[in-house]
Amino acid sequence: MMSWFGGRKRSAESAKERLQLVLIHDRTDLSPAELTALKDELIQVISRHVDIDADSVLIDLQHDGRSQRLVADIPLRNVTRRSAG
Amino acid sequence: MTAQVITISSGKGGVGKTTTVANIAVALAADGAKVVCVDGDIGLRNLDVVMGLENRIVYDIVDVIEGRCKLRQAMIRDKHFPELYLIPAAQTRDKNSVSPSDMTRLCNELRPEADFVLIDSPAGIERGFRNAIAPADRVLVVTNPEVSAVRDADRVVGILEAEEKRSTALIINRLNPILVKQHDMLSAEDVLDLLGIQLIGIVPEDEGVLVGSNRGVPVAQDAKSRAGQAFRNIAKRIRGDEVPFLDLEKQSGLWDRIQKMAGKK
Repeated sequence: MMSWFGGRKRSAESAKERLQLVLIHDRTDLSPAELTALKDELIQVISRHVDIDADSVLIDLQHDGRSQRLVADIPLRNVTRRSAG
Repeated sequence: MTAQVITISSGKGGVGKTTTVANIAVALAADGAKVVCVDGDIGLRNLDVVMGLENRIVYDIVDVIEGRCKLRQAMIRDKHFPELYLIPAAQTRDKNSVSPSDMTRLCNELRPEADFVLIDSPAGIERGFRNAIAPADRVLVVTNPEVSAVRDADRVVGILEAEEKRSTALIINRLNPILVKQHDMLSAEDVLDLLGIQLIGIVPEDEGVLVGSNRGVPVAQDAKSRAGQAFRNIAKRIRGDEVPFLDLEKQSGLWDRIQKMAGKK
């Protein structure tokens, strides 16, 4: 949420958002660059089997209490099946 | 008597570990408990000055461990509470003079003598910290509502999890309710959400803490101080009482939510 005055984010909010990211990377020992590589490879592997909408893929690390999870939302493209006979 | 051994730790330096130890100790002793404080910060001893006992030191923790004196001889009695003692750190030695098993042996010797043994951990996550957590039944992690302190607290909590120290609780020290209200300081709720551990106390920023350290009289002895009240509440929670968290921000429903979050864990 933005502040009504000046449109700048209040500092506590920046602190929380930045910490959320830093803690996830500290806890998983996974750097932002490694996460990007992981995402790219995942997309490649999945694309080999199904047709996916690569631009809409969402892969993210989330935390719930003290546990981390890798959450992926991968939209599949509809395949127009050839009608039989 | 079998003492509970509680280590106060933080990762980052300067968040108020030593004042927290002194104040919880005083609050527990004022409630009639027998308390032994152990300064684990060998080479940088400070608990003695914060407690006002610096002039009474003869023997220290390394003297006990190396057998130069008896345990009793290194226990300095507090000026105000006859059942409160300090075992000071050695000032001219380093952290490697003591091992985790030395600390465990020392605490096992203290257990029958007291209700609570409070260990003041040094900053960092190296040898001194490992020594301090080795004998702990419970670890209280002190942090400030500030990015570097929260990040370091998270590292410490992660190490404690890996060591399977199950009973870990958080103390949020130096919270400034005015800054929180202006959204320029992380709220207690934010910090809890980030760290995901149980809360045992929120201590407001209070000049009285500095004044207490200056005099060598911990602020928990001041009945009117808000920080003192917060430390007394932590002592009660350590003893198992349910004490509501201080209402530092009457206008918002935030504190109700914190109570719920804290109770939920």
